[in-house]
Amino acid sequence: MSFKKDEESGGMSFYHDKSTVIQEARCFNESPIQPRKCRALLTRIVYLLYVGETFTTQEATTLFFGVTKLFQHKDSALRQMVYLVIKELSTIAEDVIMVTSSIMKDMQPNLEVVYRPNAIRALARIIDAQSVQSVERFFKSALVDRSSSISSASLVSSYHLYHLSPSIIKRWSNEAQEAVNAKAVSNSSYGAGAGYLSGGSQGGFSAVASTSYIMQYHALGLLYLIREKDRMAITKMIQQFGAAGKGGSSIVKSPMAICMLIRFARKVMDEDPNVQKQMHEYLESLLRHKSDMVNIEAARAICEMRNVSTAELFRPVAVLQLFLSSPKAILKFAAIKTLNKLAQTQPAAVTACNLDMENLITDSNRSIATYAITTLLKTGNEASVDRLMKQISSFMADITDEFKIIVVDAIRSLCLKFPTKQAVMLSFLSGVLRDEGGYDFKHAVVEAIFDMIKFIGDCREAALAHLCEFIEDCEFTKLSVRILHLLGIEGPKTKNPTKFIRYIYNRVVLENAVVRAAAVSSLAKFGVCVEDKGVMQSVNVLLRRCLDDVDDEVRDRAAMYIKVLEEKRLADVFVREEATFSLAALESELVSYVNDAGRHNTAFDITSIPKISRDQAAAQVAAARPSAIESINAGPSKAAEPVASTSTAAETQSAYTAQLSAIPELENYGPILRSTSKPTALTESETEYVVSVVKHVFAKNIVFQFNVSNTIPDTVLEQVSVLMTPSEGSGLVEDFIIPIQSLTASAGSGQVYVSFTREEPESYASGSFGCTLRFVSKEVDPTSGEPEEEGYQDEYQIEDCDLGAGDYITPTYVTFQNEWEKLGSAASSTETFALSSLESLKDACKSLIEVLNMEALGGSESPTSTSVHTLNLSGMVSGGGGKVVARCRMTYASGAGVTLELAVRAEKEEVVRLVMGAI
Amino acid sequence: MGLSLSRIYSSLSSLSFWGKDKEVRILMVGLDSAGKTTILYRLQIGEVVSTIPTIGFNVETVTYKNINFQVWDLGGQSSIRPYWRCYYANTQAIIYVIDSSDHARLPTSRSELLTMLSEDELKSVPVLVFANKQDVPGALKPGDISDKLGLAGGEKGREWSVRGSCALKGEGLEEGLDWLVNTIQK
Repeated sequence: MSFKKDEESGGMSFYHDKSTVIQEARCFNESPIQPRKCRALLTRIVYLLYVGETFTTQEATTLFFGVTKLFQHKDSALRQMVYLVIKELSTIAEDVIMVTSSIMKDMQPNLEVVYRPNAIRALARIIDAQSVQSVERFFKSALVDRSSSISSASLVSSYHLYHLSPSIIKRWSNEAQEAVNAKAVSNSSYGAGAGYLSGGSQGGFSAVASTSYIMQYHALGLLYLIREKDRMAITKMIQQFGAAGKGGSSIVKSPMAICMLIRFARKVMDEDPNVQKQMHEYLESLLRHKSDMVNIEAARAICEMRNVSTAELFRPVAVLQLFLSSPKAILKFAAIKTLNKLAQTQPAAVTACNLDMENLITDSNRSIATYAITTLLKTGNEASVDRLMKQISSFMADITDEFKIIVVDAIRSLCLKFPTKQAVMLSFLSGVLRDEGGYDFKHAVVEAIFDMIKFIGDCREAALAHLCEFIEDCEFTKLSVRILHLLGIEGPKTKNPTKFIRYIYNRVVLENAVVRAAAVSSLAKFGVCVEDKGVMQSVNVLLRRCLDDVDDEVRDRAAMYIKVLEEKRLADVFVREEATFSLAALESELVSYVNDAGRHNTAFDITSIPKISRDQAAAQVAAARPSAIESINAGPSKAAEPVASTSTAAETQSAYTAQLSAIPELENYGPILRSTSKPTALTESETEYVVSVVKHVFAKNIVFQFNVSNTIPDTVLEQVSVLMTPSEGSGLVEDFIIPIQSLTASAGSGQVYVSFTREEPESYASGSFGCTLRFVSKEVDPTSGEPEEEGYQDEYQIEDCDLGAGDYITPTYVTFQNEWEKLGSAASSTETFALSSLESLKDACKSLIEVLNMEALGGSESPTSTSVHTLNLSGMVSGGGGKVVARCRMTYASGAGVTLELAVRAEKEEVVRLVMGAI
Repeated sequence: MGLSLSRIYSSLSSLSFWGKDKEVRILMVGLDSAGKTTILYRLQIGEVVSTIPTIGFNVETVTYKNINFQVWDLGGQSSIRPYWRCYYANTQAIIYVIDSSDHARLPTSRSELLTMLSEDELKSVPVLVFANKQDVPGALKPGDISDKLGLAGGEKGREWSVRGSCALKGEGLEEGLDWLVNTIQK
């Protein structure tokens, strides 16, 4: 009776809401059970879960216990459905462990039941770490079961169990290996039935399980998980399974499994360039594989290889080119996407496909067309630009924001490549700026216009005008603020600055508080930077109007800038100042200040933050934006290179802070005042043990961090420590050593910390330290993988480690002349040195900057003359040492080497001595 | 409408006499390692199987004298006992298994039994207590266990019986079931 009703309502019943389903779930408790009715209800539960309906823990638990009652019925279709529901509920419901016994019973190998794979898959979801051991014997036999659905189910389950108890799963690798080698047996009873249900949860693979060798794919996944940390083992695995067996075909048949091997190969190549050649050969051979999927994956892997050569690209590109004219959209898409990515770095290699890509511009699939066009934009020549731009404009409206962003990015790099085409590009960009679109898209367009303003001077006026028009009707506060800021900087430099003022003031009248505040700052910049007195007065009038604003920030800014306009001295500091704080350093310093209650009774000392120039700050922002890298390289920016190192220095500093604060012994040391930015190598990079050092300066201590790696595969180093012998009079007393307990080749590098107390924290201890690596070396038994019990004590001499001025000083940007005069009355000293070993002024500059670790100012790091040069340096000394500036006047005469007159001025006497002592 | 009618019909029929294809729902509980799972499979396939502690439950259909018993064997570990209650509904008889040689935990076993019997859902459901492991030297006799449980006088309005059994040899099990069949059919 009830069946009939279900059939009548048919598909509609699936759209019932959660509460109806929970209500009807009472039928699980009925006796006797009606299998078809229950199965239909279970389907609805799964359906609801799949469409994203959420169940509370309470609801899920009630449902779960209801479902467990269905175990009394033997109907196999019902049982499969029960397992599917249990799997889905297992993450939400409590006490799911209650079905353990029932599942284990269904998993027994002697039972010829269709739901055995389902039981195995469900078990992985409900079992806890302690119970994994108890199913080990069972799993080992299921992994190599002749039926591929059982073998796949147990492989996938083992994969999911790995994070629960890696040590036990590791023991199953032989079975997993065997599963790869197994002949696919098309099994009679299981395959078809199991595939029908488990397909839902496994992305449909199992539907073709019995003939597709799918367990090879699952087994490789599991093997990789087990061996992930051991690169050698992975390499071996690729060789073993990638090698052609008898008759030229390899053991691995499943295309998906081969794709997986390709991914592994890519990873191994990335990590170890030595195997690149061998892996490359393997990938090349796969370009001829009969599966399209494998061809594409292999071609992609070669295209994305590090330092890939043009010759190596020839074949994969030819393969991809063939796919461009394939009738299957998915193949076209995969090929063009790979080519698109390749074109970003190697446009010349993709040029060969230009003709095929032109045909794709009109493809009915917009995603393919977009990729085709943006790739052509990169590979095409100047002549084709106009035509392509016309094509793009015609379908911009049809594509999604993500693709619009790709197009905009392509156009941005194109502008920088062909500056003469800027007018076309700009009109295109301003056109799309007016179209509908989300924040990400608009942001990309605005960024592109910003870059054009920065790198292509000719388009500045026009671009600014477009931006002004955009902010008239801009729904994104963030973008308005950025544009206003840019207007403030670029506007005053234009021929007719006053025309921008109207746009900006309109914002003050019409916008929200955040934008108004930005507009006030922007206005003020016009007042300060435009030479015309009249402009300054009108700006002053406009700012006075802002004094009545309802928002505090707007009023404050207006008041401040009125003052700034009236006093030229303030204008120099607040508006024209070229230096700015290093944001990463400021952030890490503020975080440590906020976290350290002990420091709260003194004000935060902003002078301890190193400064960098505005160009550097801009370049840091640019470096954080990977897509911008190409445009920076294309642009005439020279600042980018030295800056990259400062930005990472600031970042590593913050990283070290986090790392050291996790060590309990160093807890009481307070904040790190300074860490050396790059580890200094104390050994050659290809020795048995590779050691580098990083020095951390604390208020009362110095901590040496030794990064030690063991490169010998079959040994374990235990109790690894570094013995340091300070030179006489270093002023340091050793506190303790934190050794590495155990270090293997596969583990990467470990850290030994050696701590010293500074006897007189006010003075700057310096000196040289003899260093010896000491450890207990143990061989690893290759069969068990366990280290042998007996080891021997060994020592290994490494290079000396120096502590000097450079470890206390942070480079910081200042205007040299100002600072030099300001410190005129402070501590100072001048001495002359003969540096006969140096060969040129250039070397002298380089080594001075390196030793003192100070910022070279005003481009003085590159001498223009070969005989006379003055190098100006500035730095900030950690731990409240204050600023220090140095003037190095040098002469060079061949034979006598470099003569250096070093003049140092600093806020403290000790600092002067520190710098002098370093030479 | 059809749905609710059928529900009423099925609940009515389960209360009254059952046909040949109907099953009697029996709950088998007791402390861990009392021998529940062994009893279950002894009854079902007539053999002693090797068992592991039941995490969760086993459910099997046991046919005895042309009557189908649907026996729910619930795990007895203390972590699982709280979930017994999830399976009380529609129970027609309880088999409570006690390890007669485990003198120390007899009080625990008694309090678990009494707590369970106080549940509304199990009101007036007959209880068969198996004093299992009678073959172990030093095992308490069914009479002693009955005294210690104190069911006499405490349990009015419910049929109950305490019987000795040995699952390994299969002794006492059939007699117990006979009693159950008679009690339920009354």
